[in-house]
Amino acid sequence: MSKEMTGAEMVVEALKDHGVDVLFGYPGGAVLPIYDVLFQQEAVRHILVRHEQGAAHAAEGYARSSGKVGALLVTSGPGATNTVTGLTDALMDSIPLVCITGQVPTHLIGSDAFQECDTVGITRHCTKHNYLVKSIDDLCRVLHEAFYVATNGRPGPVVVDIPKDVQFARGVYAPPHNVQHKTYNPQMDGDTALIREAVRMMASAQKPIFYTGGGVINSGSPASTLLRELVALTGFPITSTLMGLGAYPASGDAWLGMLGMHGTFEANNAMHDCDLMIAVGARFDDRITGRLDAFSPGSKKIHIDIDRSSINKNVKVDLAIVGDCGHVLEAMVRVWRSEAMHAEKQQLGDWWRQIDQWRGRKSLAFRNSDKVIKPQYAVQRLYELTKDKDVYITTEVGQHQMWAAQHFHFDEPNHWMTSGGLGTMGYGLPAAIGAQLAHPGSLVVDIAGEASILMCIQELSTAIQYRLPVKVFILNNEYMGMVRQWQELLHGGRYSHSYSEALPDFVKLAEAFGAKGVRCYDPAGLDAAIKEMLDYDGPVLFDCVVEKSENCFPMIPSGKAHNDMLLADLSDDAGIELGAVIDEKGKMLV
Amino acid sequence: MNAPASPPSPYSASKAQSKIEQHTLSVLADNEPGVLARVVGLFSGRGYNIESLTVAEVVHAEHLSRITIRTSGAPETIDQIRHQLERLVPVRQVTDLSEGGKGLERELAMVKVRGRGENRADALQLADAFRARIVDATTESFIFELTGKPEKIDEFVDLMRPIGLVEVSRTGVAAISRGPQPI
Ligand SMILES: Cc1ncc(C[n+]2csc(CCOP(=O)(O)OP(=O)(O)O)c2C)c(N)n1
Ligand SMILES: [Mg+2]
Repeated sequence: MSKEMTGAEMVVEALKDHGVDVLFGYPGGAVLPIYDVLFQQEAVRHILVRHEQGAAHAAEGYARSSGKVGALLVTSGPGATNTVTGLTDALMDSIPLVCITGQVPTHLIGSDAFQECDTVGITRHCTKHNYLVKSIDDLCRVLHEAFYVATNGRPGPVVVDIPKDVQFARGVYAPPHNVQHKTYNPQMDGDTALIREAVRMMASAQKPIFYTGGGVINSGSPASTLLRELVALTGFPITSTLMGLGAYPASGDAWLGMLGMHGTFEANNAMHDCDLMIAVGARFDDRITGRLDAFSPGSKKIHIDIDRSSINKNVKVDLAIVGDCGHVLEAMVRVWRSEAMHAEKQQLGDWWRQIDQWRGRKSLAFRNSDKVIKPQYAVQRLYELTKDKDVYITTEVGQHQMWAAQHFHFDEPNHWMTSGGLGTMGYGLPAAIGAQLAHPGSLVVDIAGEASILMCIQELSTAIQYRLPVKVFILNNEYMGMVRQWQELLHGGRYSHSYSEALPDFVKLAEAFGAKGVRCYDPAGLDAAIKEMLDYDGPVLFDCVVEKSENCFPMIPSGKAHNDMLLADLSDDAGIELGAVIDEKGKMLV
Repeated sequence: MNAPASPPSPYSASKAQSKIEQHTLSVLADNEPGVLARVVGLFSGRGYNIESLTVAEVVHAEHLSRITIRTSGAPETIDQIRHQLERLVPVRQVTDLSEGGKGLERELAMVKVRGRGENRADALQLADAFRARIVDATTESFIFELTGKPEKIDEFVDLMRPIGLVEVSRTGVAAISRGPQPI
């Protein structure tokens, strides 16, 4: 069913054929032919963002919450360069995006033409792959390949840069048909012998733990189901990275909470003391491991990952299984069942007793107040008042992000969208818009900081234009709180440029955009204010004025080991010199 | 919560202690625009060393290029480099030719030497010993062409230095595996 058409028509045709129903974009000279095609059709809904960074994050939010690929369309030059942060974010967090960029006509490439930039050069390091399409004869193949590469193997962003003359040129378009890439064919199934070996190791473990990450979410919902099944079969405890929250339910018995720099006492201690670690779709990031040479010193480690280069990159493992974690988990469940394996019940009992002791430390506890809203309390109330709804949470970056991860509990995958690898302030609002478009009937809340939200606040206009009722819940501590916390810990409390000076009046700001503004100072009035936000059918900026000097605990200071955590009561009332807790080497780390 | 004493490096003590090895990697890749930039960018972006790099299309019909890279690093770094290269979309195959002595390596160099009298005679004698060919000669200079392992070329260049070395141009290493099988 090949058809002749223009390059611009091919782009839209390919979007349709790959199931893209929402396209985030911003027009400009170099993509006008594509915009003209968009104008004349209805299958692909174009969402006009207010900044191309917003397009990329919105596409991420859409992709992450739906399991589909996110698509965006931007013009050449500044349009393309504005996407760089979002593309890098998607690369770090393995989010499948296809980003179409316009380019100056082929005969002008290299001449420093108006709005020319070397898009493939600039984005080479922040995409999984990219293409400059210089001939109409290549366009159809490249478009199909782009979707294939973005979504297969470890997902990631792909840029297709299309010069304007190629958009006008006519050529033959053929729908995708078993798209295969001549070189890129990632391994999906794990090696059977290795899987059997892994199951044997698991059956004889005495202090095992599952450590899971964003890869489980990326693999699709079957992976989460299988993970739950395997955890139930084995009776092992489970912790997860920031990116993996929701794969195993926070309400599940085996759940230890998040691990890592701001993870729970029980998760980090269990990681440190375990004798077998089963890492699934996680990459031993420095936020997770803490000090490497003291990372889980006594354990054997199994690592399941689709990306061979993630194995032994930071931590040497004993058994590596390369494959999609959905496939590998399926095989593990099957082998465990067929060999009628059962974990060392008696031994696991001891392990769980130890874990319960750590749990008893209640490391997420905080001292509440009836005078001022504690940020943790605000997240707790938001959770309690929304947990019966189908709620999608996005965040910005900072303390509020960690409090959201700690105190909002996720029972399902794909309901939690946050910038983990890159840590991009400004991610949350556009990502919420993307998630809302993927789930029109659901509640979408961006848990934000007052500093971060200003980085992509323009997207409130997008929410207004498309009647997207996203809620922005700002934990306003008048500080770049995470920066302030580090300055307190590392730099003698010299709060260099981390005070949020000259803040806008968020209620008036909301109103100026045509949204609703709500402000709350009083813990006693918080529930009513949250309900007011939830009851409003439209976008809301909620200015939740919280305790300014609250620190985010627990915390593994940089350069410290998992069993060397700072806990909340240690530092309360400034009774301890925090600066003394981190040594000179730790200060060098980020 | 008593932590052990601070390690020498806050990141990893073990990495720093590993022995640095030199390896030759052979990369077969689709010869599409930007493929070399991707490979080189990977090395600079992740802080790996490139000691030499050669590239040419080797199967014209399929537009396949072979990129041969001499690099150095700890064994786990070399492993990581290999897997990072494999991750590049246009890369078909990466082989570490330094594993098990299976690789055969050659490099070509052109060496310009200037001198008169005794130096000239010395240069010719050494060139003969190294099987270097004279490809250009004037009354006060020679250009030698020489192929061999990179170490042999290093040696030759070192010997020419006191005699009157002007400059050297080297191709970088081309490598292939021994025996009847492809790389
Ligand atoms: C784009 C970007 N710039 C700078 C940073 C560094 N940074 C990390 S957290 C943070 C402060 C965030 O402040 P706020 O949004 O108010 O959140 P809080 O920590 O107060 O909850 C900064 C500046 C970043 N993560 N992203
Ligand atoms: Mg703040």
